[in-house]
Amino acid sequence: MENDKQRFKLLDTVYIAMMILPVVFGIVLKILTTPLSEGISISGAKIFFTIKMPIQDLPITESQVHSWLVMISITGLCLFLTHGLKEKADTKRQHIAEWIVENTQKLVDGNMGEYFSGFAPFIAAILGLSAFSSLLALFGLYAPTSDVNVTAGWAILVFFLITYYKMKCGPVMYAKSFADPPLLAPLNIIGEVATPISMAFRHYGNVLSGSVISVLLATGLQGLSAIVFGKLPGFLGEFPFLQIGIPAVLSVYFDVFSGLLQAYIFAMLTMLYVAGAFNADEYFRRKAINNAKS
Amino acid sequence: MLELAIGIILGSCALGAGIAMIAGIGPGIGEGNAVAKACEAIGRQPECKGNVTTTMLMGCAIAETTGLYALVIAILLIFVAPGRLVDILMETIK
Repeated sequence: MENDKQRFKLLDTVYIAMMILPVVFGIVLKILTTPLSEGISISGAKIFFTIKMPIQDLPITESQVHSWLVMISITGLCLFLTHGLKEKADTKRQHIAEWIVENTQKLVDGNMGEYFSGFAPFIAAILGLSAFSSLLALFGLYAPTSDVNVTAGWAILVFFLITYYKMKCGPVMYAKSFADPPLLAPLNIIGEVATPISMAFRHYGNVLSGSVISVLLATGLQGLSAIVFGKLPGFLGEFPFLQIGIPAVLSVYFDVFSGLLQAYIFAMLTMLYVAGAFNADEYFRRKAINNAKS
Repeated sequence: MLELAIGIILGSCALGAGIAMIAGIGPGIGEGNAVAKACEAIGRQPECKGNVTTTMLMGCAIAETTGLYALVIAILLIFVAPGRLVDILMETIK
């Protein structure tokens, strides 16, 4: 009995460490690799090293490393929340876990219908990964979602899902769906390709514009405080007083609100597009005919 | 002469980025309309405030897309294009 309790506590510590250590690792990595420089610059993801590949070299960038850190962190969080589940919920963490699962299931059932109720884990994964990636900016780290490659990867995954569910009724029906009014076929094909592009650019543009505006504001406030307090003697004259607190107000909007909203919208659009691509009536009609034949 | 050419490239890139962001007018008008209608709807039926707000945020985010395309082009023009264009200029001179 005593032994069990100790093991439970030990596992808990391991899971909490799994949640926190990746973020600490990211901050240490950032401190070690950022060169000392004057002023603030806006740049893309840093490239740590490049792996030689036959066709195209594979650069390992900040965004890849940080998205792996986020994934490890989320895994730790999930393991911590589901550790020691009981049939009747009596701990706080089980209540939180149940609340998350129930709400995601409700969201998916409400937006996608009965046939897609197995999509809840996928949607929850997209929501969690996207939200925590954007929230990583709160620690001063590079948010993976402000790299177009990351969001484009997710959008291409969604595009494959859409195509798969359109193909469910056979390739002929898939080809026919483009020529709905036959004259508009080129436009329909462009629209099909535009779906993943707009999803990727929407998410990336929102997060990136937030970080660019934050950097511009920080630089501006530095200059302003140099003008206002520049006459003060010694250390007081050099310290950027106006940078205290004011950028935090914008950060609440750009990092927290905008990041979470974009995560929600990405998940919502995934649900709507995938559910809209599936022609349920036709599929069940064909299935019934096939069943009658055999 | 080379300085003049590089100056023209940098200036044109900055001008292009500024002109591209005129596209911000469209989403501004569209989102303003959406929020106005949402306010009307909430005023008429205060009990469905939650649903209206969620749908409005969703629509706003989609209306924002065109503005974000312009933003992406402006960012490319500011951060990527000058270097590329100067490289091309140097190669042609050689």
